Amino acid sequence: MELNSRTPSGPIETRWEKAKFDMKLVNPANKRKYHVIVVGTGLAGGAAAATLAELGYNVKCFCFQDSPRRAHSIAAQGGINAAKNYQNDGDSIYRLFYDTVKGGDFRARESNVYRLAEISVNIIDQAVAQGVPFAREYGGTLANRSFGGAQVSRTFYARGQTGQQLLLGAYQALERQISLGKVDMHTRTEMLDLIVIDGKARGIVSRNLITGKLDVHMADAVILGTGGYGNVFYLSTNAKGSNTTAIWRAHKRGALFANPCFTQIHPTCIPVSGDYQSKLTLMSESLRNDGRIWVPKKVGDTRPPQSIPEDERDYYLEREYPSFGNLVPRDVASRAAKRMCDAGRGVGPTGLGVYLDFAESIQRLGKSAVAERYGNLFEMYERITGENPYEVPMRIYPAIHYTMGGLWVDYQLQSTIPGLFVLGEANFSDHGANRLGASALMQGLADGYFVIPYTLGNYLASTKLDKVTSDHAEAKAAKADVTERIKKLLSIKGKRTVDSFHRELGKIIWDYCGMARNEKGLKEAIGKVRALKKEFWENVNVLGGGEELNQSLEKAGRVADFIELGELMCIDALDRKESCGGHFREEYQTPEGEAQRDDENYAYAAAWEYAGEGKAPILNKEPLTFEYVKPSQRSYK
Amino acid sequence: MSSSMKITLNVWRQASPSDAGRMVKYELDNVSEHMSFLEMLDVLNEQLIGKGELPVSFDHDCREGICGSCGFVINGVPHGPRRGTTVCQLHMREFKSGDELFLEPWRAAAFPVVKDLVVNRSAFDRIIQAGGFVSIPTGSAPDGNAIPVAKKDSDRAMSAATCIGCGACVAACPNASASLFTSAKVSHLGLLPQGQPERYDRAVKMVNQAKEEGFGGCTNIGLCEAVCPKNISLENIARMNRDFTVGAWTYREAAAEGGAA
Repeated sequence: MELNSRTPSGPIETRWEKAKFDMKLVNPANKRKYHVIVVGTGLAGGAAAATLAELGYNVKCFCFQDSPRRAHSIAAQGGINAAKNYQNDGDSIYRLFYDTVKGGDFRARESNVYRLAEISVNIIDQAVAQGVPFAREYGGTLANRSFGGAQVSRTFYARGQTGQQLLLGAYQALERQISLGKVDMHTRTEMLDLIVIDGKARGIVSRNLITGKLDVHMADAVILGTGGYGNVFYLSTNAKGSNTTAIWRAHKRGALFANPCFTQIHPTCIPVSGDYQSKLTLMSESLRNDGRIWVPKKVGDTRPPQSIPEDERDYYLEREYPSFGNLVPRDVASRAAKRMCDAGRGVGPTGLGVYLDFAESIQRLGKSAVAERYGNLFEMYERITGENPYEVPMRIYPAIHYTMGGLWVDYQLQSTIPGLFVLGEANFSDHGANRLGASALMQGLADGYFVIPYTLGNYLASTKLDKVTSDHAEAKAAKADVTERIKKLLSIKGKRTVDSFHRELGKIIWDYCGMARNEKGLKEAIGKVRALKKEFWENVNVLGGGEELNQSLEKAGRVADFIELGELMCIDALDRKESCGGHFREEYQTPEGEAQRDDENYAYAAAWEYAGEGKAPILNKEPLTFEYVKPSQRSYK
Repeated sequence: MSSSMKITLNVWRQASPSDAGRMVKYELDNVSEHMSFLEMLDVLNEQLIGKGELPVSFDHDCREGICGSCGFVINGVPHGPRRGTTVCQLHMREFKSGDELFLEPWRAAAFPVVKDLVVNRSAFDRIIQAGGFVSIPTGSAPDGNAIPVAKKDSDRAMSAATCIGCGACVAACPNASASLFTSAKVSHLGLLPQGQPERYDRAVKMVNQAKEEGFGGCTNIGLCEAVCPKNISLENIARMNRDFTVGAWTYREAAAEGGAA
């Protein structure tokens, strides 16, 4: 397949301006004639649905939660980046662009990243106007904090609940459009298939999670803002309901899936405590502003942290990376923690943990200043672990947090299926092989508020769309497929619960396609995942019926898709014989143990094409060129 | 490392909105003090499925106390015994071996039961639709620093804005009032300069919508604040009442002004 990224040419700072001017417009009276489906109500989907409705389009919007306000963007803690340079500390659009391309280990498309940096400033303005209560200085201006991978303070925040506040801003805008009748909102409704007619995305099949009713919805375009697939690992910082089904169904209908193995392991999460554990909880990266990470110098030192004297502690990030210290990017910090634990210097009951210590900050700033910055995070830590981080250092360990991979999209955010647009974490763009902290919120909102309103209009104005109804053969066929699949899941009546399969899948992917990967392990993992898939379809036990609220059935459909995606992740990781960002192949590392890229052979986005059940997926490559930020060995030393 | 506890659960089981519903008793051994309350229910559900019995339905998603999906009543208290904590963040170390617990869904006419511990809270969304926003279309915002906001106002707005819309306030209130929820949004937006143009109309519209949904009025009991997992202050209700009073005296339908709606 020929991949056309439709990237504009010319100086990078003029590209988005030029692209916008070149786009066709839909006049206000004609916008009323178009129907658009938006799936997902997080920052990307919620912002898109609200904005498109404001413009006059008829929007049908879907979320599986009981309210659009509960989409998982709500859980983002630390902040959102923007190149405002309010701090006068040397920030600029170009620097945010540069940091993001470098932070992504040179595996993102430069034009997209520049646009993201450019739009970042508008997002802050919009959010402030909506009433997002960002942190302020005493003079009334907006406050900033620092985040990993940057040497300027450009992160805007609302205590430790920035995602919540930004999402409520988008949610409120969305609810306003619902009240005006411009958005037809379907809560507790899940997308289970994409309808493609004459090669274009024209609708979805949905299931009402309360009644089980399957419905066909037709439209002129379909927009997916359905988030990432971190729950393939079972234990992740994602919400329990976060799933890959919408993008995976679209993939099987023809949308290419790019860089599935680019997954982000977040360095600061609360360690696993037992095998009943259902999820992992993130402790915001912002804590690394004031917390110091350390392990004992001695192997197997089991003394409590307070009894380990200063000179027997190894503040290893500060030692190994003096210029960025505790604020190195996430992939670097995670791998360093793993190296310490692998060397037997991990702490806590399992040995899989490192300390994040606030003693020095509390001494320097006072307890109340620390509480003002991080109070809610400290409380959360105490509730979960029963330990008081004001008195003993936190124990943290890396956990899967974000997925850089996703459906391949061009500069217009359109997938390889015309009329199917993919926004936010669900697409693969912008973050390359590693996302910098506070950039996910930025991308979701950039895509939803400021990119899709232009590119959707361009598509609609330049595409001839025949009138189609839900009686169309393709729509009926898609609905029949969904019906069949649900019937199958309910009829297996095997011996194992859905969760037991999910846990097993998660363990395979974490062990072989997690923080460190190698050829032998990945090959083994592919075999294991295939066997798991076979067993799932023979031995899963889903009780209850299809025409009622059935949470086991919902999970079963999602886990079936995660299993297939898990295999593709391993295939992708196996293909990429280099290390970059979050993808660390043990065979390819520098003498210091850092990721060793191979720009000669792997400077491409790997876009996988579904070839049919049981057939090997087909690899398509989008070559990446770097005209502005020259690829170099990333150094944070 | 952790001691294992025995817990007796009495869980409200109701197959559908039309079903009468009943308490069903389950015994759990081997509950770890490090489990969250919902992880204990996960364990129960795995056991039930193993026995061929339908698992207990309950709403949950983020399991970090921020999405507002979860919540049910434990021994008469919404979200259970620990203050300022959602049930997903409540850990079993708050209980002791031998405890008998009674789990029920939120009880309010405006929150009809869907199944077991799951209720329909869409009334909250309709209260927001009535006016819980700033009418600012994308693209029309001035620079973020164009309007200074006093830190104390911003901080108070933020404290109100941390409401997660879980519904515990309604479940705790003998009047099933949504006043704490509604006032949190009225305060959040009313304390900020950006929320001023619609401030008084907002209060009137949202309060009226809450009444329309079947929530009761506020009689200053304060149970809402006591059970709120985000410690939203009762003071917000006073602020809402002030704005409502001003709004009620000055309210005019948009059409009556002769302008565009």
